[in-house]
Amino acid sequence: MKVVVDEDKCVAAGQCVAAAMDVFDQRDEDGIVVLLDENPPAELADDVRNAAAVCPALAIRIEE
Amino acid sequence: MSEAETELAAPDAELFDYPGARDRTCPFAPPAGLRALNETAPVSRGRLWDGSTPWLVTGHAAQRVILSDPRVSSNDKQAGFPHPNQAMAENSPHHPLTIFNADGADHTRIRRMMTAPFTRNRMEKLRPEIQRFTDELIDKMLAGPNPADLNEALSLPLPSLMICALLGVPYEDHEFFQEHASLATRSDKTAEQDRAANQALGGYLAGLLQKRMEEPSDDVISDFAGRIKAGEVTLPEAVMLCMILLIAGHETSASMITLGTALLLQNPEQLALLRGTDDPKVVANAVEEILRYLTIPALGQRRIAAEDIDFEGVTIKAGEGIVVALPAGNWDPAAFPEPERFDITREARHHHAFAWGIHQCLGQQLARIELQVVYGTLYRRVPTLRLAVGFDELRFRRDDALAYGIHELPVTW
Repeated sequence: MKVVVDEDKCVAAGQCVAAAMDVFDQRDEDGIVVLLDENPPAELADDVRNAAAVCPALAIRIEE
Repeated sequence: MSEAETELAAPDAELFDYPGARDRTCPFAPPAGLRALNETAPVSRGRLWDGSTPWLVTGHAAQRVILSDPRVSSNDKQAGFPHPNQAMAENSPHHPLTIFNADGADHTRIRRMMTAPFTRNRMEKLRPEIQRFTDELIDKMLAGPNPADLNEALSLPLPSLMICALLGVPYEDHEFFQEHASLATRSDKTAEQDRAANQALGGYLAGLLQKRMEEPSDDVISDFAGRIKAGEVTLPEAVMLCMILLIAGHETSASMITLGTALLLQNPEQLALLRGTDDPKVVANAVEEILRYLTIPALGQRRIAAEDIDFEGVTIKAGEGIVVALPAGNWDPAAFPEPERFDITREARHHHAFAWGIHQCLGQQLARIELQVVYGTLYRRVPTLRLAVGFDELRFRRDDALAYGIHELPVTW
């Protein structure tokens, strides 16, 4: 699994961090998404897919 | 009127009058007429308070599409915008740009000035403080007269304490802004009352901003004060943005605490599940289901089409109003099977109680943690909590309130 985030689209809702905190974080200065792991391990795949699904700005893309 | 016009006008009588009236025997559910719209189509024409007939988007999937479409604008100064009430129709054209009425790059610029204090991790760090405030307020309630009004004892003070601490607004002044915040969410306010409340609250916040320009501290007001000095934002813009945070942080979480408690007390088996767990995941899931079920921003999200949009078999023409009826999306059986079943174990995180798209609620992580703490604490600490009056005596807010709720919740234990 490969994860791609779009910082320009991100609106800092924090949904991805809530869904998969080992994979996503937010920048301190404005809350914009920080990708911690662009190739997350299989056991986090469900959480990451969930994070992409709940992102209100559609800023997370998953390439399987 | 010509025959052709009569023919066109006739179906108008059938239009759903949004937001509709809830069934008073079932005050937690969205109006039956609104829910029924999804049986026919996910988007249809509806009618508003002023007789205008914007598009009503009721389907969950359709709401996601519309709220993600950059051709759909939040510019409430444009003619044809479906305002929620008379006061907002009159006053919105005079407001500066905010996160509510800006699109595209303007919206991004403004939102990013406001997001830093509300990140998930910053909110998570506030959890111990939220827990402490909650415990203290419950202690105080239990030590005071029984029965008590949960609104006054817990629902209003907790979010108020938190948003004051975050913004750097003295909590001693909370009666002043609770009154104005409460007015802001009322639909029966006059344009005059709305302006007067804005001026009072605006003057107060302008004073605080100016003070923090001289003596900054570690809070949101000081952050905006710094941005004014740096020329990133004007004083009137900063006042409006701080006002939005102050108002939004008050009524919404408060309503969720009171209304959520009433809902749980009416569903003892669900309350027992919640009370019986110490698993934070179960509590967090319950919060999402209560958010879905109640969808307190019942007036929905308001938009206007900036271009013609072909969508679900209709053409939304440029300049036509669009109302995204959030309660209907959250009760759409295609997204939530048997939506009328209140089930704190169901998968509900995809709800639209915080809306969807770039305007999704900025304070949602704060709201979530406040609700997780309250729902995870109150019923365990006060296991005998129950209504002190008959359920049918509860006074629910008007159907056209910006945040649905109950005026007071008399409880005993």
